[in-house]
Amino acid sequence: MPVTIRIPTPLRKLTQDQELVQVAPGTVGSAIAELQSRFPGIQERLVDDVGQVRRFVNVYVNEEDIRFLQNNDTPLKDGDDVSIIPAIAGG
Amino acid sequence: MFVMSNSNGFMKALKCRECGHEYPLAATHVCEFDFGPLEVAYDYERIAKSLTRDVICSRPQTMWRYRELLPIAGEPTVGRQVGYTPLVRADRLAKRLGIRELWIKNDAVNYPTLSFKDRVVSVALSRSVELGFRTVACASTGNLANSVAANAAAAGLQCFVFIPHDLEQGKVLNSLIYGASVIGIRGHYDEVNRLCAEIAGKYPWAFVNVNMRPYYAEGSKSMGFEIQEQLGWRIPEHTVVCMASGSLLTKIHKSYQEFSKLGLVPETPWKIHGAQATGCNPITQAQKAGLDFFKPQRPNTIAKSLAIGTPADGFYALRVMKETGGSGDDVTDDEIREGIRLLAECEGIFAETAGGVTVGVAKKLIAAGKIPSGSSAVLCITGNGLKTLDAVVGHVGEPRDIKPSLREFEALLARENPKLVPA
Repeated sequence: MPVTIRIPTPLRKLTQDQELVQVAPGTVGSAIAELQSRFPGIQERLVDDVGQVRRFVNVYVNEEDIRFLQNNDTPLKDGDDVSIIPAIAGG
Repeated sequence: MFVMSNSNGFMKALKCRECGHEYPLAATHVCEFDFGPLEVAYDYERIAKSLTRDVICSRPQTMWRYRELLPIAGEPTVGRQVGYTPLVRADRLAKRLGIRELWIKNDAVNYPTLSFKDRVVSVALSRSVELGFRTVACASTGNLANSVAANAAAAGLQCFVFIPHDLEQGKVLNSLIYGASVIGIRGHYDEVNRLCAEIAGKYPWAFVNVNMRPYYAEGSKSMGFEIQEQLGWRIPEHTVVCMASGSLLTKIHKSYQEFSKLGLVPETPWKIHGAQATGCNPITQAQKAGLDFFKPQRPNTIAKSLAIGTPADGFYALRVMKETGGSGDDVTDDEIREGIRLLAECEGIFAETAGGVTVGVAKKLIAAGKIPSGSSAVLCITGNGLKTLDAVVGHVGEPRDIKPSLREFEALLARENPKLVPA
């Protein structure tokens, strides 16, 4: 069972409207790299020049914010769910 | 290129705060390129021709007297009576806190649900109706849910509100009573928020603080517009604002910028100070450390309405405090209760826990000289104490029960206030 990534609305033009994309296990960083190889252009939307997840993007692994885990190095194993969510909401 | 037609009122477009990319005035809140927040861009030249002090004064005393600066295309259809809450001169509290002049902007008595959220909801739902939505929703720590539920009921809209499952009973009942679907999420607010972002991506609903957020957030400016008008058309030297997402603080700042840009008030310097609870202080912690970004937290405070560990506007709130020369601080649960009591005992205003945060932080900032004793300050009180009774139960004393007997009463008085007993 691969890792499932939930793509937010603003990025679905890049994924041909796919809401769920499956990638190989590894880390958050390797998942983003795989997304980039399949959907060119998606990486620069998600991370800044030095490879950090952008200020206005929140990434969750199994509903936990990766900033409470190991950021880009957070491991992803078979069956994990990753959500990419715009940070600007709520309040 | 989007046409600046009258059909959009005084709005021009939605614009990314980060890269400036423009979008149509639809139900969308995030830039496709950098995920930056979208903000409403206005035609200030046309606004300047339409909005003068005389025009404002000729209109009913509601937040809609500043209609040109609020992001709807036509006339408001939801919450037309919201706003214009009292600005109270607080001399007794000023004396206790050691400041020359103090004012309370009292949104604890906002209409119809007793918090500043009625302002943002009035705008968000009026705009939702304009865009053709029939179902509205929100992620909330309580006050917003109350306001969306009430205003949706009055407008005949279907309503879903999502809240952390462990909110104060008063805030839960205050949503249920209006017939809204109230969904308690077993998690803290940041988890409610994440879920709502996912639901909003899938269901064609107007989530007031997700896809409608660019419009919604602008409603908070009306609190600042009213402060300036009620002070006699001037900008206060110091304003203390409590922070959950930080949005209100940034919009009070924007209201001062807009009024001075339009010449409605003289452009005098102002400082905006942010207040949080120590049990959830991602923004003030960053402010005190001199950082321009915050670290997410897991909240643990009685100020549940401020318990957002990943504040959406934290970055911009930090920038406003820095640019205006304001500061930030936070207070413990005990200091919050003390703040609630101070405001109640000095001014007869019963604020919710967030108000205790604002008063408590103001006290600290005045004591530290960050708000000088010779200056003038406005405290923004955003919600009503009757909704957070749980936080003060057992901390404000108990009534003394006696028989309906004059003798018992006088015995009680002799014990507690002997000077009042006739000789």
